[in-house]
Amino acid sequence: MDLSAINPVLLIASLMVAATPLLLAAIGEVVVEKAGVLNLGVEGMMITGAICGFAIAVETGSPVVGFVAAAIGGALLSVLFAILTQFALANQVASGLALTLFGLGLSALLGQSYVGIKPPETGDAFGALGDIPVIGPILFGHDLMLYVGILIVAATWAVLTFTRVGLILRAVGENHDAAHALGYKVKRIRVLAILFGGGCAGLGGAYISLIRVPQWTEGMTAGIGWIALALVVFASWKPWRVLIGAYLFGGVTVLQLNLQAAGVAVPVEYLAMSPYLITILVLVILSADKSNAPASLGRTFHASS
Amino acid sequence: MKRTTLLAGVAMALSLAGAALAQTKVGFVYVGPVGDGGWTYEHNQGRLAVEEEFGDAVETVFVENVAEGPDAERVITQMALQGADLIFTTSFGYMDPTINVAAKFPDVKFEHATGYKTADNVSTYSARFYEGRAVQGTIAGMMTESNIIGYIGSYPIPEVIRGINSAYIHAKKVNPDVEFKVVWAYTWFDPAKEADAAKVLIEQGADVVLQHTDSTAPLAAAKAAGNVIGFGQASDMAEYKPAPRVSSIIDNWAPYYIARTKAVMDGTWESAMTWDGIAPGMVEIGEITDAVPEDVKAAALDVMNAIANGDYHPFTGPLNKQDGSAWLADGEVADDGTLAGMNFYVEGLTGEIPQ
Repeated sequence: MDLSAINPVLLIASLMVAATPLLLAAIGEVVVEKAGVLNLGVEGMMITGAICGFAIAVETGSPVVGFVAAAIGGALLSVLFAILTQFALANQVASGLALTLFGLGLSALLGQSYVGIKPPETGDAFGALGDIPVIGPILFGHDLMLYVGILIVAATWAVLTFTRVGLILRAVGENHDAAHALGYKVKRIRVLAILFGGGCAGLGGAYISLIRVPQWTEGMTAGIGWIALALVVFASWKPWRVLIGAYLFGGVTVLQLNLQAAGVAVPVEYLAMSPYLITILVLVILSADKSNAPASLGRTFHASS
Repeated sequence: MKRTTLLAGVAMALSLAGAALAQTKVGFVYVGPVGDGGWTYEHNQGRLAVEEEFGDAVETVFVENVAEGPDAERVITQMALQGADLIFTTSFGYMDPTINVAAKFPDVKFEHATGYKTADNVSTYSARFYEGRAVQGTIAGMMTESNIIGYIGSYPIPEVIRGINSAYIHAKKVNPDVEFKVVWAYTWFDPAKEADAAKVLIEQGADVVLQHTDSTAPLAAAKAAGNVIGFGQASDMAEYKPAPRVSSIIDNWAPYYIARTKAVMDGTWESAMTWDGIAPGMVEIGEITDAVPEDVKAAALDVMNAIANGDYHPFTGPLNKQDGSAWLADGEVADDGTLAGMNFYVEGLTGEIPQ
């Protein structure tokens, strides 16, 4: 056992990278669920974003354009979900599951000619600042998207908490009949929230294919979308808790690999399950106050009812 | 009367037509997507080779991304119900599901990859990947400058442990100072996790990373890190040539799949345990690139040739187990039974195998 082999600075830097896809997908889903819609298609939108972003980044040579395309791709796929659930009034759970299956298949089809290609490199956002000892790699040594992810969390929190738009969104999620009676366009608001969720999931997927791995492989999101869904619930639909949960999950994931490589004498099975266990435990303790679930979550809205 | 005759005639004609069209249906169950660029990709190449070989006489079906465990049983049962005559289940974790389903469909033939349980209608087949690991270990041991070699394990099963032991023995042989760091990913396919594991190993000083997981993500991580080399796993992974991928183990299933399909068509299929290595061509060593010096390449090829022509077995004594107890005496060669159930590290490896 040789703990000195673990470099804490690199550990923190890499946990931030490992957490970002999860963070992006989960924060999008927070907004969707705050509007009263349960979209289980996160995994499908992520993987679609992953291939859209990858393909466009490769074709244009620009990762930034790739990320924009990923957000659009994810949002486009979520349009399908919006049509099914908001206009055809289909069951949200079934539609979400279908969206995941569809997304996985579609991405495999789109990605056929992109296997084994190296994407353009995403540079560090702050260049030389990243070379400052200790704080450099942690605070400044990352790509732009990582900071964008944190900014989206901050913006989501601010909008949901302090603005009229946030209030309306929450009203729609808590009681869509009352919001409708007050004259708010429930469907329109929900469709926009779904689009936002799709865009964020797409960004999260592209973060995996363009930065974290970086390459395209079928099915490469490998279940992160599902973890994002669980994270939203355990974080009580609160943006900052989503951030804590994502960093915790990413952190323990990277830490357990580090401990394994350093030869720590803890059974590997416990290490392997630790990210899930610790994240759930901490967030359950945090959310002990009371459940924060939007009251209309998952319920279908029709103006006549 | 007339109508009955007519109907009988039609029925007969239909059944004749049916017989003429009778195809042998071959099913494949995959653990990952066919586009993983590794393990499942090569099995799918084998499937395509079967289609190529027999044309319209066979029909192949496959299901990808099948989780190991109970869900596999459902998928295999479904395949048998759809009339498959021969089903290849291509991952270790399908062993018990395959045996269970086979008991219910005695007329269907099953082939399970990398397992050790057979039945009258269940064969097992696997490749001696450890022979390829011996070649990789030789290259890794000679190439490493930090003397730390990282190894990404999937699950702690004999198949994977054999690979670690074989790679270690041969790295140690050419470089006595070499140290292995093993990380268990507990997945066959999860590119993000595999990339994380590779990055961790590299951060902890490894400059050679071996993988026993299915995607090309560790190679991408090695490439991003610079001065780190790796190997193609299960498939050539040629897109990472000449570096970081300096060589590879390629699983060539096509000849086996064709032979077994033929046996079913001819009615000569029998339950068997096949375990082939470099010599019969089931394990191929991918091109050793110019990123390694000539002497390293020559040493690696020597090991490969010695194994191929039967002069050398990768597990030849004297070898001790990790706890120091004697395993193989000088010149003694490991028997297949011990290798098939290998659950111990050889002397010199650190860490414990998760039980």
